[in-house]
Amino acid sequence: MEMYLKSLGELSASSGFAELFTLNVTFGPISLPGYLLMIVVSCILLYLAIGKGFEPLLLVPIAFGALLVNLPLSGILDEAGLLGAESTGFLRYVYFGAEHEIYPIIIFLGIGALTDFGPLLANPITFLLGAAAQFGVFVAFIGANWLGFNLKEAASIGIIGGADGPTSIYLTMKLGQKQILPAIAVAAYSYMSLVPLIQPPFIKLFTTKKDRAIKMAQLRPVSKKERVLFPIICTVVSGLVLPACVPLVGMLMFGNLLRECGATERLSQAAQNEILNITTVFLGLAVGSTMEAEQFLRVETLKIIFLGLVAFIFSTIGGVLFGQVMKVLSGGKINPMIGSAGVSAVPMAARVVQRVVQSENPGSYLLMHAMGPNVAGVIGTAVAAGVLLTLLTM
Amino acid sequence: MSTIIESPMPGKILDVKVAAGASVKSGDVVLMLEAMKMENEIFAPEAGTVKEVRVKKGDSVDTGAVLIVLE
Repeated sequence: MEMYLKSLGELSASSGFAELFTLNVTFGPISLPGYLLMIVVSCILLYLAIGKGFEPLLLVPIAFGALLVNLPLSGILDEAGLLGAESTGFLRYVYFGAEHEIYPIIIFLGIGALTDFGPLLANPITFLLGAAAQFGVFVAFIGANWLGFNLKEAASIGIIGGADGPTSIYLTMKLGQKQILPAIAVAAYSYMSLVPLIQPPFIKLFTTKKDRAIKMAQLRPVSKKERVLFPIICTVVSGLVLPACVPLVGMLMFGNLLRECGATERLSQAAQNEILNITTVFLGLAVGSTMEAEQFLRVETLKIIFLGLVAFIFSTIGGVLFGQVMKVLSGGKINPMIGSAGVSAVPMAARVVQRVVQSENPGSYLLMHAMGPNVAGVIGTAVAAGVLLTLLTM
Repeated sequence: MSTIIESPMPGKILDVKVAAGASVKSGDVVLMLEAMKMENEIFAPEAGTVKEVRVKKGDSVDTGAVLIVLE
């Protein structure tokens, strides 16, 4: 009997329950059990993803990854030889792909295969709107630095304004800012799903009812030759102008070439489906695995989430204001609202423009016109990441 | 004189709300078009009678494709 009780005691001492309250995180005078708190945070994220539909495809793997690493003693994130660990845990291998920026780049391959650049090619001037909507990236970069974040952290925070999750993760890791990765990823993906709530008030604030009623001429058809040449030319030109953006823009355009060339249908389908989905699972788990209590439960996390929102709002405003400039330059032919779609949340931001216009002017269709700046925004955010990377690693 | 209702964007016909011979008022929804996973209502630009419906549910259309002819 005594032996059984002893074994039972040993078993309970080696269980996670005993460890659950060992790691405490302090917020001023309050001290809270870190593991337990992170399990609650994971469950809240799972609820937002599953119950509320906030980017579930990425938020479910992130939240579950966070749940796994916050179960004490599992060793799932151990690295052999480090901190007395005998073997390497599964998530450590998964994390390798995020640490070396492999996942975001592969995701860009899938996005390229999914993206129709036709609306941008039909109206290339809208490329400028995709560039203007990176305004928030630089506003938040300056703001974050002013709030005490170092330049590399500030750049990683600013890029949230581009509303592009993979690019945000890529830049953060490339600049070696692993400690803020979970906050960046959670902020970037949360705001992407909140596009329909965040953007409309700012679109309306910077446009008049008359502006929003502008009907745009139908887009011209785009030839196959243009569609095939675009990814090749875009890769060469952007790669020569800004070599740092070659991995992201290059893979985006490679995916797009698979889609448009007509000779690689199977590869295009694989990139759009299997490759993108598998990588999304691993990227999500890897990001979640960095959500350890000591790293995530800090005041900095709240600051990053707030700055991300600022970045996103200013990107929307930058796009709309440049849309106003283009309205004047085009003699009133361009509806300035489409500028807001210059953030790269594809196609959510374009849908928001259509929703706003439809609520006021049924029979006015701006969806495809807004897709031009929208897809330009993907390139724009990747280029903005390249600019920040070049400036900060020179 | 005939009025042509063209597709304002590439997409898929989700629903056709009128049939040949039907009378429509300006602003009536004549069909639903899905583009970018978004449902878009297509309206009659003026009152008239539907002379011809050129598409059916499930069809894929390009920008500028003739959807409905009114007279």
